[in-house]
Amino acid sequence: MTGSDRAYIRTRLAANEPPPTRAGPFHAIVQGLFSGPLNIAFTLFSIVAIAFAALPVVRFLIVDAVWQGMDASACQGAGGACWPFVQAKFGQFIYGTYPEALRWRPDLVFVLGALLLAPLLAPAAPLKRINALLFFGIYPIVAFVLLTGGNLDLRHFLIGRLTAWNIFGSATTAGLSWNFWSDYVATAFLVAVLVEVGAALLGARARKASFTALFVFAAVGAVVLAADLDFGLEPVETRSWGGLMVTLVVAITGIVASLPLGILLALGRRSEMPLVRLASVIFIEFWRGVPLITVLFFATYMLPLFLPSGVSVDGLLRVLIGVALFSAAYMAEVVRGGLQAIPKSQYEAAEALGLGYWQTMSFVVLPQALTIVIPGIVGNFIGLFKDTTLVLIVAIFDLLGQLRAAFADPAWASPVTLYTGFAFAGIIYFVFCYGMSRYALSLERRAAVAGGR
Amino acid sequence: MSEIADAGRRKGRSLLDNPRLRAILVQSLLLIAIASLAWMLIGNVRTNLASRNIASGFGFFDVTAGFAISQTLIPYEESSTYGRAFVVGLLNTLLVSAIGIVLATVLGFAVGVARLSSNMLLSRLAGAYVEILRNLPLLFQILFWYLAVLGTLPGPRQSLSLAGEIFLNNRGVFVPKPLFAAGSGAVALAVVAGSALAIILAIWARRRRLATGKIIATGWITLALVLVPPAVTFVIMGAPLSFERPELKGFNFDGGLRVVPEFLALLFALVTYTAAYIAEIVRAGILAIPRGQTEAAYSLGLRRGLTLRLVVVPQAMRVIVPPLTSQYLNLIKNSSLAAAIGYPDFFYVFAGTTLNQTGQAIEIIAITMAVYLAISLVTSALMNWYNRRLALRER
Repeated sequence: MTGSDRAYIRTRLAANEPPPTRAGPFHAIVQGLFSGPLNIAFTLFSIVAIAFAALPVVRFLIVDAVWQGMDASACQGAGGACWPFVQAKFGQFIYGTYPEALRWRPDLVFVLGALLLAPLLAPAAPLKRINALLFFGIYPIVAFVLLTGGNLDLRHFLIGRLTAWNIFGSATTAGLSWNFWSDYVATAFLVAVLVEVGAALLGARARKASFTALFVFAAVGAVVLAADLDFGLEPVETRSWGGLMVTLVVAITGIVASLPLGILLALGRRSEMPLVRLASVIFIEFWRGVPLITVLFFATYMLPLFLPSGVSVDGLLRVLIGVALFSAAYMAEVVRGGLQAIPKSQYEAAEALGLGYWQTMSFVVLPQALTIVIPGIVGNFIGLFKDTTLVLIVAIFDLLGQLRAAFADPAWASPVTLYTGFAFAGIIYFVFCYGMSRYALSLERRAAVAGGR
Repeated sequence: MSEIADAGRRKGRSLLDNPRLRAILVQSLLLIAIASLAWMLIGNVRTNLASRNIASGFGFFDVTAGFAISQTLIPYEESSTYGRAFVVGLLNTLLVSAIGIVLATVLGFAVGVARLSSNMLLSRLAGAYVEILRNLPLLFQILFWYLAVLGTLPGPRQSLSLAGEIFLNNRGVFVPKPLFAAGSGAVALAVVAGSALAIILAIWARRRRLATGKIIATGWITLALVLVPPAVTFVIMGAPLSFERPELKGFNFDGGLRVVPEFLALLFALVTYTAAYIAEIVRAGILAIPRGQTEAAYSLGLRRGLTLRLVVVPQAMRVIVPPLTSQYLNLIKNSSLAAAIGYPDFFYVFAGTTLNQTGQAIEIIAITMAVYLAISLVTSALMNWYNRRLALRER
């Protein structure tokens, strides 16, 4: 760096520049807000918009609000929110008409869910695997038993339906029907034998196949057993469920049930077998092409006609089935995005190691693909959470439905009741959705940093 | 012999190891499963319909509907058939969707651009708009507009009025109704002819610009072509247009054109909600264009407006159109939420009232799904065609 090979070398020092006068926060504000006629117009517009929108909201919610009172008389002349109304209806907004003495059960479900979900969502928390197993495997059963009271009272399984199998009459132990469970075990072994024979005919590993079948039966049986046991909890019909509880139940069940189905559909859509691909594409595009409300109507009015006569399915369960099918189609598209992002070399490397299709998918491709699409799944969940409001159209009263019912209460009729109710529900919805979207955003940022993308 | 066969078997050489055979087996199993499921469902449906005495078939389309519809674009009475009600509902859905799409696009582009504004206040305001609207359920917003905004307007006698011509109250908006006299056909013809000429002029000017590089200012001529022929015809034909003004008679307005509050609530909610999503799409689209493009345009001497119009927006559109399409589809599907407030859209009229009255759940829900599917497919086909036109043509 001698400088002798440079073309131009300054020989005199440049004159000192005067200190910058057009700088500093004040100048930045002036430049940013008032730099030209158009900009000034924008600024004025914004100030007017804020003055007309934000200020009245703050006044309504806090300054002019009524905070104490026993009935609508406290709010008659109020210029602000009537919070005693929300206080009086709080139980209804959260639990619907769930019996008051039993509300510790949904409370327990909420608390357990929060305790399991928080470490699952925090990227730094340890024991993800056990946590996920608890949340996706055990928690739904516990929640089901606590919310409904469990004790399904099952009477017949497959053989009992097809034949006149009724050896044990109506004998039960701890809420378990002897007929059902002996039938279940017999069916399990029968299926295992059939699988073994079929596999042997095809030349596959017969013993392994039959053990797999038995294992599946045992796993499903354990779940059904837990739901069928009589824990001495008083049963609560889903008709009396309502409020935020139903909103959360529908949204969480929808997303949890749609994940495995969505993964299968996404794999099917990328399958090399034309029939499998076609079936997946038709399923996905059909559910994505129709509005959710038609799906809910389908579940409420059409599904009962498809079931064998004599079988009736609970109204909320029907809606859950519809929601799960609907969101599975959207989930499939999210997962497909993740599958497409996995480079071909990953598949090839797995193949080179001698892994079969399911091994490739479950050990190599899906773990990577699902990690990528977590923000998309959260986005789906936000959409589903908002869409659960639609169940009020098929007479299931979620938070919004309870709100509407509360408006009709003459005891709380006042000029500000409507606005108060909307403000309360709006805040709840906003906190949930905004929180989740921030979470998805933070995950995306984290992935961007980790992956260097 | 048996040893060799056993060894082969132990290595796992079975029929299932042949990928083609396995594929055929899996697919035939799938086919059998779907077919038997369908067979079982159809059997169940038959027994259920028979036991509940529900008629089947599409004969109900010719039966008198017997219910009134609050907003009809074509003549409809209570004595009209279900088929007619079907068309009325479908037109109402298409009306709210079409107006909603146009308004949501305009508002969405405005908010999206405002979010990128260098004016901090404006961009924050647009950001707050997007976050609030996107994070509240649409049905919540529809009910809010319907119950809390339009529902609390004063009654007809205390209507808010605009220039004594337009009235707003809790029964809806009343505007003067245009009455077309004889000769208005000629004016319409003049509008079409003028517009056609303007389009031809635009095509010619573009060809000439591509061929010679000369830019022809067609703005004023286009405006004249669109406006002058209709105006002249209008005068020659003796002004064949008059307005029927809404008048307050007794407790309600008479005459004029009434826009029902359900329509307004649904439209407001759909437009503001979808616009929030479109704003994000527009913002992402514009941000996707590298800064170098803008800088290159500036260094060529293009001004800010021209840079946006000629360089940034055409490229951003390629990023914007595909997600925009799905927002349009969402808007159309979301218009079915009209059922919650009783706007007589297709869903409310058909899957609501008609289903209730006839009880033919299977036919009606199947048709409803098919209609929404068809509207969605047509819209996405149109948008795909537009997208292909915009696509980068590479050698």
